[in-house]
Amino acid sequence: MKSVVKQEMMGMNGDEAVALAVKQSDVDVVAAYPITPQTIIVEKFSEYVANGEVNTEFVCTESEHSAMTACLAAAATGARTFTASASAGLALMHEMLFVTSGCRAPVVMAVANRALSAPLNIHGDHSDAIAQRDSGWIQIYAENAQEVYDSILQAFRIAEHLDVQLPVMIGLDGFTLSHTLEKIQVLADDDVREFVGTRQLPNVVTHDGKTVPYRLDAANPMTMGPVAMPNYYFEFKRQQEEAMKNASRVIQQVQEEYGKLTGRYYGDGLIEKYMIDDAEIAIICLGSTAGTVKTVVDELRLKGVKAGLLKIRSFRPFPAEEIAKALAKVKAIAVMDKSLSFGGNGGAVYHETRHALYDLSTHPFMVNYIYGLGGRDTSPSQISGIFEDLKNIVQTGRVDEKMRYVGLRE
Amino acid sequence: MSKDKGWNEISLAGVCWKSSRTYLTGDWKTYHPERDLEKCTKCLICTLFCPDGAILWKPEKGDIEFDLNYCKGCGICANECPTKAIVMKL
Repeated sequence: MKSVVKQEMMGMNGDEAVALAVKQSDVDVVAAYPITPQTIIVEKFSEYVANGEVNTEFVCTESEHSAMTACLAAAATGARTFTASASAGLALMHEMLFVTSGCRAPVVMAVANRALSAPLNIHGDHSDAIAQRDSGWIQIYAENAQEVYDSILQAFRIAEHLDVQLPVMIGLDGFTLSHTLEKIQVLADDDVREFVGTRQLPNVVTHDGKTVPYRLDAANPMTMGPVAMPNYYFEFKRQQEEAMKNASRVIQQVQEEYGKLTGRYYGDGLIEKYMIDDAEIAIICLGSTAGTVKTVVDELRLKGVKAGLLKIRSFRPFPAEEIAKALAKVKAIAVMDKSLSFGGNGGAVYHETRHALYDLSTHPFMVNYIYGLGGRDTSPSQISGIFEDLKNIVQTGRVDEKMRYVGLRE
Repeated sequence: MSKDKGWNEISLAGVCWKSSRTYLTGDWKTYHPERDLEKCTKCLICTLFCPDGAILWKPEKGDIEFDLNYCKGCGICANECPTKAIVMKL
């Protein structure tokens, strides 16, 4: 077996890891507008541009709506395109997120996940990205700065795959990952170049019957994303759903290939199972909290408690089958949501995992824990408390309250 | 619906698969323009205001012509006509 490539250990925060990965991925266009806690990405990348370390066209826009519009236009010409945002910035992009996915523009975006106003809060939670879950973007959440770096490199491969052609959002928890210095393994520029490759373009048939690459080109003019009346719009949406299904397969393939190259695997790319195979109680979560849960699982395992973690890495496409398979033997599950669907009886991760497990004949107990809103710290002792609750549920066979809060003052 | 293509057959992302020349937008209209030849001075103001370029100057006839294949029936020509020669009819 081919051994993994040589890598260099470097110290950097999640935002800097994003900027470095984008630099190494030979991106043609970056159009962005800075917003906390994503700012370092844009700052760092503009340094690369100013120093002549990249050949990227860097566009400073007047708003995030314009940033996404510029990215879409750049991607439409066949350019590899990147942007970054967070919170209110991502919310302002909302309209263009749908246009970008609908135009099948494989833009890659880092989202330094942050709470939404009001009250104003610059700290980390998942409200911003979860609010965009139906925008047609692939969403991957990272656990640490290393996974942030690795996920950005993978994102270009996933987005630009001919069977996918969808934009990808990589989520990194605001401050917890964006601003915290970590040690990460960095690939050599040449190895990244070989792994990421150059952008491939699918073929389309234009109005004059010619089959040409899908890009804006004066020699082969085409109209992208024009009006589709009730007789065709539906079919285009069905195409996007098919692309999402394909993305499940591609995310796994890209993870497999990346694992062989670097020695780093994040489960199958869709979900990461930690001590789950013989687990009786388990936590499901996204992002950096998974790291805290792993520590607590290790402690509990030493005490003989059969605790486990299922980290969802790909929230879109949502790996419902993989989750159901992984949790088929678990007795009680706590789903942690770092965002709240007001009036929805829980958070989005809870809704979707509960839906994924509905057909299991074992019917495990499921409870939801809303946590960490607006950057509220989530400690190992809180996680231990959740596992303690799950043990009680298994012992008593009873669930009183399905939607719970952790780290909230009563 | 049967003559229309399925989701697996159409190009990505709504790339136009037929030219706008073959897409007759004139059938969107409810009202169509009619012209009183006695009032019309052939000033051509209507040709300038038509948002669809659907009023054509025909030099061989020395007259204008409504292209009803593309006229959407907006009525701007009737509104702008200085002699009220154009009227919109159902």
